[in-house]
Amino acid sequence: MELIGIVVAPVLAGGFSLLPVGRRFAAPVTVLATAGVLGLAVAVAMQAARTGRVEASGEWLTCDGLGALVLLLVAFVGFTAALFSWGYIAERGKRGGPRNVQHYYGLYNLFVLSMLLVPLLANVALMWIAVELTTLLSAFLVGFEDTPEALEAAWKYVILTTLGAVLALLGFLILYWGSRVAGVEAFTWAGLIEAAPRMPPALLWPAFLFILVGFGTKVGLVPMHTWLPDAHSQAPASICALLSGVETTTVLYVILRLLPVVDVAPGLDARPWFIGFGLLSVAIATLLFIHVRDFKRMFAFSTVEHMGIILVAAGLGGADAHLGAAYQMTGHAIAKSFCFFAAGVTVLGVGTQDIAAVRGLVRSSPLAAIALLAGGFAIAGAPPFAVFMSEFVILKAGLASGQYLVVGLLAVLVVIAFCAVMLHVNRMVFGVAEQEMAAVTVPRSCKVTLALAAIPLLIIGIYVPAPLYDLLKAAASAMGG
Amino acid sequence: MNSSPVLFALDALTGALFLLTALGVVATRQVLASLQLFILQSLLLALSAVLLGNAQGSIHLFAVAAITIATKTLLIPWLLRHTVSAEVYRTREIERVLNIPSSLLIAAVLIVLAYVVANPLLGAVEVPFAQVNLPFGIAAMFLGAFTIAVRREAVPQLLGLLAVENGVFFAGVAIVPNLPVIAELAAAVDVPVIALVLGMLTRRIHARLGTTSVGDLASLREH
Repeated sequence: MELIGIVVAPVLAGGFSLLPVGRRFAAPVTVLATAGVLGLAVAVAMQAARTGRVEASGEWLTCDGLGALVLLLVAFVGFTAALFSWGYIAERGKRGGPRNVQHYYGLYNLFVLSMLLVPLLANVALMWIAVELTTLLSAFLVGFEDTPEALEAAWKYVILTTLGAVLALLGFLILYWGSRVAGVEAFTWAGLIEAAPRMPPALLWPAFLFILVGFGTKVGLVPMHTWLPDAHSQAPASICALLSGVETTTVLYVILRLLPVVDVAPGLDARPWFIGFGLLSVAIATLLFIHVRDFKRMFAFSTVEHMGIILVAAGLGGADAHLGAAYQMTGHAIAKSFCFFAAGVTVLGVGTQDIAAVRGLVRSSPLAAIALLAGGFAIAGAPPFAVFMSEFVILKAGLASGQYLVVGLLAVLVVIAFCAVMLHVNRMVFGVAEQEMAAVTVPRSCKVTLALAAIPLLIIGIYVPAPLYDLLKAAASAMGG
Repeated sequence: MNSSPVLFALDALTGALFLLTALGVVATRQVLASLQLFILQSLLLALSAVLLGNAQGSIHLFAVAAITIATKTLLIPWLLRHTVSAEVYRTREIERVLNIPSSLLIAAVLIVLAYVVANPLLGAVEVPFAQVNLPFGIAAMFLGAFTIAVRREAVPQLLGLLAVENGVFFAGVAIVPNLPVIAELAAAVDVPVIALVLGMLTRRIHARLGTTSVGDLASLREH
């Protein structure tokens, strides 16, 4: 029942936003609908944490531990970003007029729906369509500001990620072919795990690579990442929070789903590829941090870095590393969305995304400064935030399994990235301003969003509630031993 | 299963022509010609689906053929005509990233590469028509991706993307003849939506920037 509610609520809210009456109420209705979805997602997650599996609604919707975790993260950021949009889009969308704002909320709801569907759809083919729709529904949200830069970013985003998705489609068709050869009819994740041992490796392996490279494009893995810093820096802050915080995670989830499938196939090993792509992404993102000039772009590179870390964690293998990967996904989604809310508030105040132009924010706008500082610490991985804890778990698990080289490289890169991010944030917050910057008036809904989003940000590094811990465990076990 | 030599030969001929249209999209300079080549390519995809459906008695493949004709030869050209201004179609690219001879040389390498990729799969499972459709489909995919890389105009880039999708389906009709909902739904919904979204973006870029030469947009990069 909950699963059906999660699907229906965004459809209703999206449809309502586009009606003439939606002109005035699109924002509150979207906030209400996403809050409802979040409530249902919490119920689903609790059930998945207890039993490891949520009863399917019909044969189309289903959810296990890993799916429930992704669902919960999408629902959470879907809600906070909707709340943030209320004030932010009212401010930034003035030029486009009320119709533009209506379209924003219509697409917003459908975009969130498409991300919610990825972990819920039982049929892998339908799941692929949901991933494809995440791009197509968010294209105009990326281009919302209608500047030449935003349109350029939207174009690259659609062309490259759709190209990746079509490449992955060939991979999924080959997987379907393979499972028919192995005599399994159902095209579901469970069906694929059942079919994999009997599937000819000559089919499973190219399918895996097509999907890894194709969907890796959408996750932002280096060297297919070139579109990501553009789209994730030019979209409105509320959309950046969704793109960086959860859209990448949603697609990474699909790649992680292949791990247990390849694991049970004789003679194949996905792990070196995960570690290779992961470390390369972390390394290149770290280099790009040093020269970055745009603070939203900096947070976008940080997404490339974190996707790499999660992939390395999955590649290290073992229950502990997988638990670290699930924890890192959670910590990243919460911290990254918070960072973009902080960046959005800063943009409202200073009107630029140029790092060099923002100095001494703590004097002109203490709220934006504190938010940026907290977000910076959280995403760079300072203790006691969740990202620090999860990176610690991952590195420890890697050492325990004797993969010293990978752990050593990862540790060095993470430390460099930490210093680079904090250097930039420190200058923006405490630097000496050449001229006094105007005080920022932050819309009320943005303030409330920052306060709400700060609660999990501050808590889950210190204390993981028992149901969440069970959920992370269930998610880790869904990635295979 | 009836895999008569005549049907096989016809499918091979269709595959060869399919690949030629993909090469044509790489080589042509006229935006309108790219669109016409894409329509021709989609018709060849539908023809191959009909041939395979006939040989294997699969009703699914006839549905794929019908959907392909409806969406790719009628709906998408109609959508593009209504979203992209006529001015764009008259555009002829003066500048190219690569000249035509070197483009065709790289295209030849890509076709060889497609065979290298497809060969191990064909060795693993015996599927008669896949011998033609899988390598030709993968080759068309690679050529479509290459088109996106070397073209600067928005509409040819979009058509390159749709050519990649055509390539996947050309392979798909042979390797999964009982296509699940995926193909039908994806073809019926996904492809026209891609065309619509990119067409509308093209219009906005044209309105805002006065050009559709998306390959020249480079304000976003590392300094």
